[in-house]
Parts: sequence; structure tokens; C-alpha cells
Amino acid sequence: MLMYTAKRLLAGLITVWFIATATFIAMHQVPGDPLMNDKAVSAEIRKNLERKYGLDKSTTEQYFIFMGNMLQGDFGISFTQQNRKVNDIIRDHFPVSATLGILAIFFAAAGGILWGALTAIYRNRLPDIIIMFLVILGISVPSFVFAALGQLLLVNINSLVGKSIIPVAGWGTISHMIMPSLVLGLGTMALLTRLMRSSMLEVVNEDYIRTARAKGLSPVRIFFRHQLRNAILPVITVLGPQIAAITTGGFVVELVFAIPGLGRYFVQAVQQLDYTVIMGTTVFYGAFLVLMVIIVDILYGFVDPRVRLK
Amino acid sequence: MRYLIALLIVASLPIQAQFDATSADFEKQTISIALAQEPPQLNGMKATDQVSIFMLSHVMEGLVRYDRRGNVVPGVAERWEIDDTGATFWLREEAIWSDGEPVTAHDFVFAWQNTLAPQTASEYAFILYPIKNGEKVNVGELDPSKLGVRALDDKTLKLEFERPTGYFIKLTAFSSYFPVRKDFFESKGDQYAADVDDLLFNGPFVLTEWVHSASLRMTKNERYWNKDKITLNEINANYITADTRARLNLFIDGQIVQTRLDGETYKDALTQRFRIRSFSTGSVFFLEYNHREDRPTRSLNLRRAIQHVFDADEFVNSVLGTPGNRAGRSLFPVWLRGVDSKFRQEYPAPEIDLDLQKARDYLEKAKQELGVEKIPPLVLLVGDSPTAGKQAVYMQGLLKVKLDIDLKVDIQTFKQRLAKMTAGEFDIVGAGWGPDFDDVMTFGDLFASWNLNNRGRYNNPKYDDQVRIAMSSSDPKTRMDAMGRLQQILFDDAVILPQYEQGVIYLMNPKLRGVVRRVVGPDPDYTYARVIK
Repeated sequence: MLMYTAKRLLAGLITVWFIATATFIAMHQVPGDPLMNDKAVSAEIRKNLERKYGLDKSTTEQYFIFMGNMLQGDFGISFTQQNRKVNDIIRDHFPVSATLGILAIFFAAAGGILWGALTAIYRNRLPDIIIMFLVILGISVPSFVFAALGQLLLVNINSLVGKSIIPVAGWGTISHMIMPSLVLGLGTMALLTRLMRSSMLEVVNEDYIRTARAKGLSPVRIFFRHQLRNAILPVITVLGPQIAAITTGGFVVELVFAIPGLGRYFVQAVQQLDYTVIMGTTVFYGAFLVLMVIIVDILYGFVDPRVRLK
Repeated sequence: MRYLIALLIVASLPIQAQFDATSADFEKQTISIALAQEPPQLNGMKATDQVSIFMLSHVMEGLVRYDRRGNVVPGVAERWEIDDTGATFWLREEAIWSDGEPVTAHDFVFAWQNTLAPQTASEYAFILYPIKNGEKVNVGELDPSKLGVRALDDKTLKLEFERPTGYFIKLTAFSSYFPVRKDFFESKGDQYAADVDDLLFNGPFVLTEWVHSASLRMTKNERYWNKDKITLNEINANYITADTRARLNLFIDGQIVQTRLDGETYKDALTQRFRIRSFSTGSVFFLEYNHREDRPTRSLNLRRAIQHVFDADEFVNSVLGTPGNRAGRSLFPVWLRGVDSKFRQEYPAPEIDLDLQKARDYLEKAKQELGVEKIPPLVLLVGDSPTAGKQAVYMQGLLKVKLDIDLKVDIQTFKQRLAKMTAGEFDIVGAGWGPDFDDVMTFGDLFASWNLNNRGRYNNPKYDDQVRIAMSSSDPKTRMDAMGRLQQILFDDAVILPQYEQGVIYLMNPKLRGVVRRVVGPDPDYTYARVIK
């Protein structure tokens, strides 16, 4: 177990190094100039800006300087928020994205497992058809539509009540979080529902379920002890990467609901060619994703006794 | 399921506008606003963007400031004397920093030297070039201490001009001219302006809270010398989002006092029966030609052909669609001041006759001049906003139908468009210019051969001459005459194709009064605003 974890962690480190290198190369290939702005500046000022950000050196040199600093946990200063360290940006804004993401995953997992199990029980009957239709909707409609609709819904509720009972946007209290995390979790919920449904249907036909029925166990006990527990495994597999995806993929939701999360920086940095923030957020999220996958793999051993970690 | 249907019904209800006390509070005199982005740079010596300048202008004060009607009024300076060679400012005794120390002439000297110092790499340094040796300091030829400004004593500031600058007084209201206290600045090092505690204030408000990317709070400055004129106690920027629909929703919900509308949200606001206001931003948008030798657009006849088919009125009405925009006729927008009244009244923009036959004659001449059977496809470089795309498609159709010229539209993100513009990889580029200061020169020198923003490399000694005349004189008539001639050259040479003067439409909480919209400086300006019952 310990050996296995150590091995996985080492492989993870190599993956992160690869992500960092690939991003660095790709970033420098993007046409455009991070230091250019609306107003043209003189050659002299330009040189000083390049010196400040180390862009006066060759790309290879920049790469080694970056790697050296990264090993010390320093990602440098943002190009666009010129007084802020990238480390501070991650430290200030990741917790917000993470809170939002965890809530969203909670909604998604609870909903996905519930709806998935329901559709499997009512297979090919009305509830199944309706839920599966909504699932297709949830997967295919992009999140900015749901975000806009969700916000409009809040405005209407407030307007009906005649008082602002649920905040339309912003961040701070739990009531700020409900709608954005619902919207953010919707796609994942749809995905998990489908996964849960097919995995439930597979399990229903297994021999041990028939045996359990033959033993005369109550349907409720069969459902929870034998069906659900076995069907949930694939869901856990995708949950790890989904957590990482949801905490990074919140750009639209963060924008619409004016949430100070890291997802905004992640996307805007690429648009604005903010080299240091691109590197900082990508490496951070890359490492986070790798870590989540490792944790999920280790968790397997606890959920499913058949899995032995060597 | 029933729950879901109920939700859908609620979501589709027509909304009713409501204004409860949240966004503008009469009792407390507080307002809430939304910012489009986190202010990227609250260091006044380096700030260039609108949000930062908006924030800075509320919490800082320069030698002078603008009043509600746009007139220059005393700020930190009580009085001043300006002639062709220089200026003297006498600072008021009551001007103090938010930590209680007096604002002195040394603070201005320090800030200006620092802005121009090459190490600071300030993108707005050019705005201090009217000060003697400003440019030389900026390019590193002279030490910052050689800048032509000094403090005679704590409260007297004396400076020399590089050349007569009639509009200098207006410049001193701008954020790049704000004072910075040396000891405080040096004690903060790289951290200066990074957070609430890393700044000192001397303006009508002080920044009291800054949660990055989430909210900023400005509170009335009790130490401000003119605090009796300030009614608002708090300006809360509670939301930071660039999403116009989200901001409209916040406005409908009564959470913010003001929001700008775009083509999409405009329609929704109309159905709400809100009072839609419009305001001219002062910016001019135009198509800029590439005048480099290897480009077909170097041909004057080709440019004239396009000039004679482009109808700015139609463009504004049918392509832009939203109200508030004005058809572009000149590089100089209508709001600029001339000798006695508006520049454009004294020097009307040349009229274009939309004559297809003339256009086609010019086109034939252009083909001969270029030695081609057909004009090769021209590259039109534009930004990646939806409106830029729409405008490009319109131009594509127009030139194809009227002149049988093919346009290849090259849509690029902001930074990549700039890189291509600078490298000259275009025939025509969608460009715009916003004023940096309140004088014709902020537009006039744009196509001077030495101007780095002249990305099409237009080079005409006659044009340069006019700019020099206007720059070296302080006589309004001489200057405006030169600019009038320059306007004619721009037209005759078809240097650019003016498209429109930008207007924006917005909503404002009717309980809020005294908000000033400006073309130069902070916009909107809430300094003298008040909430009525």
C-alpha cells in the first residue's frame, strides 16, 4: 500500500513536470506579445518591461529560470495585475473555487446517484424517459445558458417576493453559493446519472442479486447492500477527475455570478497572454488533477475489498 | 418534476423593475456599483486602464480637478500661474494624506520623476512630456533629477515647459500627475498599491476594503479639505464581472446603481421600460489603412474609391444598431474644443459625396497605378468581439458589391491583433482612439510619422508640419488652424476611413443624482453624487 502510493506519487511528479514543460512551450508558441497594449511604448520602456519579466533572455534560459523558481514554489508576478504575486492569486482564489466545486460535486453526486438508481428501477417507463431526456439536456446545453437562466430565476423570485431574498450574484454567504453550485454541478450530475443508470442495469442481472432474491432478502436491503454498493464503483472512478474539472471549469459560472474564483484567472490569463499566471494556474491545476486521480485509486481499496493495491 | 415546471414558469415570467433601498441608500448616503474587472494597477504612476483610473480618481487628487460641469477647479493647488515657459502652483495648507501628513510639493516632484524614470516603465509616461526634459528622462538620456520641476518650498511647485503647452492645466487633473509620497512609496517596495494598506490617499474618498476580485469599498475621506462638498459616505463596488447580462440582472434586482448596456441587453432593458440614457465616450473608431510600400492600400486612388462608397450613416444605423453612436466624419470627434466654441463647428469635417461612378473611376486608376487587372484580396484585421465581426462582414459585403474587391477578414484576439498591427500584417485594420487629455492634440498627432501608434506607417511631411505648428504654439487660433488643415489632409489623403464616434447606453438608478460622465478622466464620476429620497 505504502509502496504503491509512493510509486504513484513519483509518476505524478513526472506528469506535472511534463504538463509544465508542455504548457511552457505551447504558451511561447502562441502568436502575440504579452507586453503589448493599446498604447504603443518606446523601445526604452519596452526594454525595461522585458527586463522586469525576464523576457529579455532566450526562451531556453527562461525555461530553466522558471523551473528553478517553480521548484522553490515561486511563480513570479502577474503581467496584468502588476503588483500581485501569482502565488497570492492562487492562495486567495483557489479556496473560493474549491468551495464552489465541492458544493457542486455534492449536488452532482447526490443527484446523479439518486436519479441514476431511479431510472434503472423504472427502466423504460415514464420516469426513466423523462429523466433521461433531462439528462441529455443537461449534457448538451452549455453552462452559460444554465447560468443565465438560473440568475434570471433568482431575479424573478426576488421580484415576486418584492424583496431581495436570494442574492443574484456575489460571494460570501451560503445563499450566494446555492445557485452557482447547482448550475456548475448540473453537467456532472447528468453525466453521473447516465453512468449510474448503466452500471445499475448491469448489476441487476448479476448472479449475486438473483441469489439474494432467492434467499428472500427484502428489496430495500438488496437495493442498498448489494445493488447500489456495487454499482457505485464506476461513479467514484470519474468523481476524482470531475472534482478537478469542476473547480477549473467554473469560468462561466464565476463570471455570471461575479464570484472571485480562480477559474476566471485561468481563462483570462490565456486570453491576455499573462505568462506567469498561465504557468502558475496550469501547473497548480495539473498537480491537483493528478493528486485527485491518485486519491481515487487509493480509495478504491476501501470501497471495494476486491481491489488490492500493490 | 412539478417542482421543475414551477421553476421554469417562474423563470419565464416578465420581470418587474424594483428599486428597494439596497443599491442607493438615502439615509446612509451609500451606493453599490459593479466593476467590469479588478483594478489591475492602483499605482497612479503606472495605471493605464479605465477601472484603475476610475478608482484612483475617487481616492486621490491632483493639483486640479474637474467640477460637475467639466471645468477645471482647484484641487491640491489653491492657485496657479501659467505662461508659455512654465507654471507655478501654490498648494493649499489643508491638503493632507490619509495618515495625517501634509501633501507637499515634494510629493509631486517625486511622483513625476518616478513616472518618467525608465525603470518604472510607465506606459503613460508620454503624458508628462510637456515638462522640460520629460522625454529625455524617459528614454534614459538624463537623470530623473534633471526633470524641469522643483519644490521651492513645501507648498510651492515650480516647473518649466519643454514647449508652450496651453492645455497643461487640464493634464494635472489626470491620474499620472497625482502625488506620491516618497517615504511611504519606498517603505512598500514592490508591494506599493497591491492592497488597501499599501496605498496612501488624499482624495475625496479612501479605499477601506479590498477583497481581490470580489469587492472594493471607498469611504468618505474625513481628512479631505473639501469634505463638506462630498455627500456620499460610501461607494461599494460589491460585484466584479464583465458579463453585461449579469450586471443587468443585478440592476433589475436593485443591487447596483448603474450598468452599461450592449446590443443584447439593450432589448431586454427596453422591455423593462427603464429609462435608457446615452453618453458619448469621446472615442473615435475608424479603419486604418496600411501605407507601407508593399501593400495595395498604399494607392491613394484605392483608398479614395473606398471612401466614396462607405456611408457612415448607414453603418451607424444598420450595423451598430444601438443608439448613442454618431456617424464618423473626421478623426476629430465633435466634443473637442476649438478656439471659441467646438472645433468641429469652427472647422467642419469635409463632406464625402457618395458617388459610385467616382468611386469606380478611382478604382480604375488604382488598378493602373498598381499594375493589376483586379485588386488582390485585401486583409481586414479586426478584434474578436461580436460587434467587430459584424462590422467586418458589412465591409466585406459593401466592397464586394460596390467595387468587386474581396476582403479577407482576419479575426484575432486582443494581443494578437496588436502584434499583427505593429508588424504591419494587414491592409486595413479596425482601430479606434480614445482621448488621453482634453485637447485636439490627443487625436491630432496620431498619424505623425514619429508616433508609435501610427501602425499603418502613414508618412506625410505636410501632416507632420501641422502637428509641429500646433505643438510649438500656445495661440489657440494658430493651433486650431493647423489642426483644421490637418483634418483636410486626412480627408484628401484618405489616411483613414472614419466609421463612428462611440456612444454607450446605460441605466442609472433615478434616485442617484449628480453623477458625471466624462470623455477624459474618471468615468463615471461619483464624487459629487448624492442619493435623493
